[in-house]
Amino acid sequence: MLKTFSIGGIHPEGNKLSAKSAIQELPIPKIATIPIAQHIGAPAKAVVKKGDEVKVGQVIAQSSGFVSANIHSSVSGTVFKVDDVMDATGFRRTSIIIKVEGDEWLENIDRSEDLVTEITHTKEEIIKSIGDAGIVGLGGATFPAHVKLSVPPGKTAEVLIINAVECEPYLTSDHRVMLEKADQIMVGIQILMKALEVNRAIVGIESNKPDAIAHMTQVATKYSGVEVCPLKTQYPQGGEKQLISATLNREVPSGALPIEVGAVVQNVGTAFAVYEAIQKNKPLFERVATVTGKSLKNPSNWKFRVGTPVSDIIEAAGGLPEDTAKIVGGGPMMGKALVSVDVPLTKGSSGLLLLAEEETARKATKACIRCGKCVSVCPMGLEPYLLMVLADKKEYEKLENNAVMDCIECGSCSFTCPATRPLLDYIRLGKGKVGQIMRARK
Amino acid sequence: MNTKVLVAPSPHIHSGDSIQKNMYGVVFAMLPALLLSFYYFGLGSIIVTLTAVASCYLFEFLIQKYLLHVEPTIKDGSALITGLLLAFNMPANLPIWIIIIGALVAIGIGKMTFGGLGNNVFNPALVGRVFLLISFPVQMTSWPKALGFNTSYLDAEVGATPLAIIKEGLNKGDSLTDLMAQLPSHMDLFLGNMGGSLGEVAGAALVLGLIYMLIKKIITWHIPVSIIGTVVIFSGILNFSNPEAYAGPAFHLLTGGLLLGAIFMATDYVTSPMSNKGMIIYGIGIGILTVVIRVFGAYPEGVSFAILIMNGFVPLINVSIKPKRFGEKRK
Repeated sequence: MLKTFSIGGIHPEGNKLSAKSAIQELPIPKIATIPIAQHIGAPAKAVVKKGDEVKVGQVIAQSSGFVSANIHSSVSGTVFKVDDVMDATGFRRTSIIIKVEGDEWLENIDRSEDLVTEITHTKEEIIKSIGDAGIVGLGGATFPAHVKLSVPPGKTAEVLIINAVECEPYLTSDHRVMLEKADQIMVGIQILMKALEVNRAIVGIESNKPDAIAHMTQVATKYSGVEVCPLKTQYPQGGEKQLISATLNREVPSGALPIEVGAVVQNVGTAFAVYEAIQKNKPLFERVATVTGKSLKNPSNWKFRVGTPVSDIIEAAGGLPEDTAKIVGGGPMMGKALVSVDVPLTKGSSGLLLLAEEETARKATKACIRCGKCVSVCPMGLEPYLLMVLADKKEYEKLENNAVMDCIECGSCSFTCPATRPLLDYIRLGKGKVGQIMRARK
Repeated sequence: MNTKVLVAPSPHIHSGDSIQKNMYGVVFAMLPALLLSFYYFGLGSIIVTLTAVASCYLFEFLIQKYLLHVEPTIKDGSALITGLLLAFNMPANLPIWIIIIGALVAIGIGKMTFGGLGNNVFNPALVGRVFLLISFPVQMTSWPKALGFNTSYLDAEVGATPLAIIKEGLNKGDSLTDLMAQLPSHMDLFLGNMGGSLGEVAGAALVLGLIYMLIKKIITWHIPVSIIGTVVIFSGILNFSNPEAYAGPAFHLLTGGLLLGAIFMATDYVTSPMSNKGMIIYGIGIGILTVVIRVFGAYPEGVSFAILIMNGFVPLINVSIKPKRFGEKRK
């Protein structure tokens, strides 16, 4: 029996159309639009202005607090302007727009493909360098990586968990990185283990990627303390708390962080970025994303420079299909619908999904038949049907008592509901309001 | 490019499950029992089934269209289930006019008064059935014998149900062993070779339906297993304490619509609890009440009453029995 998390879960169709497509390099854009807010936390502060010459890897916006991240230029050229433009969320946000000239990298970046296994940095240097390199969680949440590695006083990390689950349907970027860069990932894991002072790391991979499980298991034998843990394919196993439950059989208490049970979780792509930052002195300005969809000519995986417009990656995969009704940044379960193909790809872009009308259009909301399926699939053990009613009736106190803030917004309830009720929409509304009330109380 | 794109919050895909799929899944699971009832009771069972289903559809349509002024939802399949379940609970020689009254009570009072599908507290088919049982006790308890390819309807040859034979006999002071000797064997009971309502005689076919619904994930095991388990344990204890006064678990299991109730009636989505824990408590309640009514009550048959009583507790169960939350702080 393969391990999995303790409560709920669903089995959406995998649709991993691009799993066999090796990572290719996306051409450098002519103009790069680099937002200063690509992470959770305070936006970075722009440190370049119009007319400045920049090189690849140069800091162009500085971290503005502990929970914040540096932004580096992904291209070389001239800053064209610093202005508010629409980003993937549909809001206008400050971005640094660079006119690309050539491809000139900072000289201290090691561009060779040689594997560097020896780790010379100390624990403190690792955490500082990861912060300097602007590394954020690459699974999609974009939480600054150095924050998670700074274990709060009084707590001890026992085990590092590497999230290689990729439970979102369609996405295959982590899968490809594991097949093509396993050694680099393993060194990255060693670096993270050193930063956390732990001697055990578990790589959680779902059973729908048998080639990645086999390859990673084999490569892991060369490195000490790293175990590969095959997991039953079940969504939302990539949720931090679900992954800890699956691999360690420990439940992170409601409202607490994983460190409470001695665990720190990092994405497998993040481990690769950490390798590049520490061993190759290369900050985070490029990553791998999947571009996919049932009608797309060539579902594939691409390494792209941050700031490349979404339209470029779609063109590279054969152009926007005629029947595209929704453009999703990320996977179909938790990704965000984009309003345009002109917005830039960022550090958090794990994939781009083009959905046709019949796959994504919402059906009419019917009356709740009280089947209880939303309750049985909720991975947090909540009662989505009830939370929806309470949010609709503005019963915020009852919402809080029914643990609405525990909701991880995985969407399993809305996905499952036979009456096609927009459960998560209402729960999000309720969460927003309850969050406000709780903050006001403090 | 197509200039218009949809923008909506996640999730962007849906399982494709629908109310219809679940409802017609239940109907499909009822087919073996339905066909078996056609075989055992012949013409009468066909007349009863058609009348019950047609009148449930008709009343739902008329009430929604002309009284509630809403778009009729007869396509969702729930009226079909109510009609079939109502028929499953009737004897095959029931006059058409009584069936129509039953359908009116089931749909009108059982379902529409509360606001239609999703809002009713009590299982509509059982509301209709119990109303008829109280109003027309004679017609509702004259059970045609299961003869096979029967062409008689109102003039069918009738007999008592096994539960009624036991109840009456014990009240007269007969010994259980003698009474059991008059009854069909357990295997015959399981295959439906006894007197009873359309749906209750076909134990084996009902179990087939259960297996189908479990595989298709239309229902979970919690309700049927907790009802059946409770009845087996409770009647087993009684039987063990005094084998001459109380029938054994196998007899209770195979008679009087227990399987029909546990598989198709108590599992009705709308009138059963939402959480697994709640479902088990509800099932145990039904099991205990069924045995109590059958053994100590005035009626030989207790499943319908037990389910209706526990239906009434469902809102309370939903409010008080919460699912186990992930990472819940223990007090």
